[in-house]
Amino acid sequence: MHPTDFTLRGAIDALNEGIISSVELTQAHLDAIGKLNPRLNAYITVTGEQALAQAKASDKRRAEGGAGPLEGVPLAIKDLFCTAGTRTTAGSKILGNFVPPYESTVSGNLLRDGAVFLGKANLDEFAMGSSNGTSAFGPVENPWSRRNDPDTRLVPGGSSGGSAAAVAARLALGATATDTGGSIRQPAAFCGIAGIKPTYGRCSRFGVVAFASSLDQAGPVARTVEDCAILLKSMSGFDPKDSTSADVPVPDFAAACARGVKGLRIGIPKEYRLDGMPAEISALWQQGMDWLRAQGAELVDISLPHTKHALPTYYVVAPAEASSNLARYDGVRYGLRQTAADSDLRDLYERTRAAGFGDEVKRRIMIGTYVLSAGYYDAYYLKAQKVRALIRRDFDEAWTKCDAILTPATPSAAFGMDEKQDDPVAMYLNDVFTVTANLAGLPGLAVPAGLSAEGLPLGLQVLGRAFDEETVFAVGTALEHAANFTALPGLRASA
Amino acid sequence: MSYTLEGSTGTWEIVVGLEVHAQVTSQSKLFSGAATAFGAEPNSQVSFVDAGFPGMLPVINRECVAQAVRTGLGLNAQVNLWSRFDRKNYFYADLPQGYQISQFAHPIIGTGEIEVTLSDGTTKTIGITRLHLEQDAGKSLHDQHATKSYIDLNRSGVALMEIVSEPDMRSPEEAGAYLTKLRQIVQYLGTCDGNMDEGSMRADVNVSVRKAGEGFRTRCEVKNVNSIRFVMQAVEAEAKRQIEVWESGGEVHQETRLFDTARGITRSMRSKEDAHDYRYFPDPDLPPLVIEQAWVDELKAALPELPDARRARYTAMGLTPYDAHVLTLEKETAAYFEVVAKARDAKLAANWVTGDLFAAINRTKTSIAEPPVPAEHLGELLDLLADKTLSGTLAKAVFEAMIETGKAPGVIVEERGMRQVMDTGAIDAMVAEVLGKNADKVAQYKGGAEKLFGFFVGQVMKAMQGKGNPALVNEALKKALG
Repeated sequence: MHPTDFTLRGAIDALNEGIISSVELTQAHLDAIGKLNPRLNAYITVTGEQALAQAKASDKRRAEGGAGPLEGVPLAIKDLFCTAGTRTTAGSKILGNFVPPYESTVSGNLLRDGAVFLGKANLDEFAMGSSNGTSAFGPVENPWSRRNDPDTRLVPGGSSGGSAAAVAARLALGATATDTGGSIRQPAAFCGIAGIKPTYGRCSRFGVVAFASSLDQAGPVARTVEDCAILLKSMSGFDPKDSTSADVPVPDFAAACARGVKGLRIGIPKEYRLDGMPAEISALWQQGMDWLRAQGAELVDISLPHTKHALPTYYVVAPAEASSNLARYDGVRYGLRQTAADSDLRDLYERTRAAGFGDEVKRRIMIGTYVLSAGYYDAYYLKAQKVRALIRRDFDEAWTKCDAILTPATPSAAFGMDEKQDDPVAMYLNDVFTVTANLAGLPGLAVPAGLSAEGLPLGLQVLGRAFDEETVFAVGTALEHAANFTALPGLRASA
Repeated sequence: MSYTLEGSTGTWEIVVGLEVHAQVTSQSKLFSGAATAFGAEPNSQVSFVDAGFPGMLPVINRECVAQAVRTGLGLNAQVNLWSRFDRKNYFYADLPQGYQISQFAHPIIGTGEIEVTLSDGTTKTIGITRLHLEQDAGKSLHDQHATKSYIDLNRSGVALMEIVSEPDMRSPEEAGAYLTKLRQIVQYLGTCDGNMDEGSMRADVNVSVRKAGEGFRTRCEVKNVNSIRFVMQAVEAEAKRQIEVWESGGEVHQETRLFDTARGITRSMRSKEDAHDYRYFPDPDLPPLVIEQAWVDELKAALPELPDARRARYTAMGLTPYDAHVLTLEKETAAYFEVVAKARDAKLAANWVTGDLFAAINRTKTSIAEPPVPAEHLGELLDLLADKTLSGTLAKAVFEAMIETGKAPGVIVEERGMRQVMDTGAIDAMVAEVLGKNADKVAQYKGGAEKLFGFFVGQVMKAMQGKGNPALVNEALKKALG
């Protein structure tokens, strides 16, 4: 078996049993990156030397009996997490060659638990996008391709496209990702892997380049639900450096995976049956219901009446916060600075931001600035906040009837790299099933559940109560077992 | 008798409201652990949060919140148990985040009031609209390089309290008295050092004028005035300017102005049309600030004595209202007075502090914080007066020696033998000697020239190097002259 084909759980066991060393495992992944990354572009920065040094130190710790829960496990880190001493780009030109002198809490937690970092994963610029097409470091290619059209290169989804592609192509055992409107779940679904956006506040945002503070949440992507559970446990925890981080205990998520779904009430929201939804998506959803019912869950029809307003609400709230969060990239203290001989301060701002930000980021800064402006604030931002409260209330109501909710993860399979790029609104529709969890702060898990007629992965989504990721993992594991998703992408290290 | 200004079209009343920015006294900044010391090397007190680095997040400093609550209590104001931080968005080189975190819609402190004392002895109540917490920005230094500006972020993120008054003031004097009182309150509370020279306190002055009985006319805001005297001057200058505008048929437009202290006039800075759209919205990095009533009660119970209460206590001790006012104006003065007056005659202590000590401070260009004579020494001097070791005259001389040498009065009395002579035998002997030397004057005195008595007293005291007890010398002379 090729070392990159281990699941994360399998690798931990193999390391514990001495079947493989972290140096060997890490080297195998670096070799795979060397082979496939030039095509996939999943990594912006590969930290090979550092990874091998970390792996060596890890093997030494293990030999001395001090192995952590993720000891020696090679991971990819989305390039939105600040990593001390390693360039962090957020997928943008504006950060220039910014090297943070500090470590994000989440990546620091992973290092604490023994993980090895292979490099920084590509992403949509400032995590704004659903195709990874907005990255200033070039698009990422999905390792999957259509059965009858293998030459059309497909998107991995976004914004965590590099993380998802790397994990699917066996260029990492798992990866960190972030999700503001679906940026973990949509790329996970497009790449045939699992990914969870935990409850808002579960993972610290400290050291994660901010997109929309009230929606951003870090989470893992990995090839199995259990692998996600293992990673999430290490990533989670209260952080006094993030005022929105939740001071709640972190349960053993992996243990919850095996709980089963017997007796659980699974809500099926009628508003998620979209007009024009592809038949194969409807069929997959129905399949998911049948699998859960067969394992002893009870299906209940629920209503989330404000669902249709979720996407417009999201596209007011997220750009509003982003327009303010991105004001700090001004060329004054770090990152890119563009001036002419006679530049004054205003000119410095204009040149720097014009050159440093891509079109999608500029679009969202403008939308956000507009909706917060005097005279428009009430009609847009305030209204959106009210709708957001109603969306939350919809879920509160739903939780009186069910314990978890099952929906499709995305309205389609992965699309071509040339498709939808000129139509922002069509691109925004990718998030239609996922944004509600961000607006309500709830955990959402994407699980690979089947293939489209074109042979591309399709995912199901499980939503849960705030801080009840355990039930979400139990339901996700049940779906995973029933789906028995064994299909492999064409581009992978072991192929 | 209210303050008015005379114009060519009649009498004008002025209306003033103040927005005071007071730097919170605290070890660290409002949302970061960086220190706040004044005068440190540029950019030496800056955390990654203050510098707006990627991924950095604000965390509220509990002590700054406590200081705001204490100040609110000192202003007799409503403490809001639920308040919220908003972002005020604008671009400037010394504003690293591209926004200032402030409390726009829901301040921590609501309405309150303070009473000010005017020079004619009357009092007036000034309403407080609100107090909110916000971050300070950094400092742009434009004079360090021919073509470049430098940025110092030491102040970036320092906690400020913005204290907004009602437009209740009607004269420069009232504006000055309000700011004086506000400064006094925060100094007593220890919530702001009130040091206007170092920029710990600065005022935006809102001024409008109107004819008697009118509603408010358009106001202008004079920004960043940094002394009480300048506030009073700015009010008058701006009011006069507005009267001229109205009287020449023009209209006052709402705008922000600056006070030119050298020329004593205000200058336009930007008009309302140029005003920023700050795009305020709730800061998503910070949950609403929720505090417990029990904590507020705790802070209230631990508040120090405030100026009004202290003044009342001093008058009850027998001080004149004027002395009580003067002694409580600055917290340090009151603290000095308390040491001097402890277990001593309060009126005498007050006389020495407001008289000799204040004169000495002026003369030696020192301050009450670093006084020319320590309070303990002045207290000791009063003891030497009380036990008659010193006469009043001797005490003044000893006081001067204390300023010169820094020594305690007891030491000076011993070293210089300045003890007052109470020995009636020694006094009688000196009286006899003086009268013997001045037989002609004694004859004149006995012949009716009674005013010569003062001459004899002077001669005896001179002969005794000023150390004779004046009462005993008088008594001995009367006896000897029969």
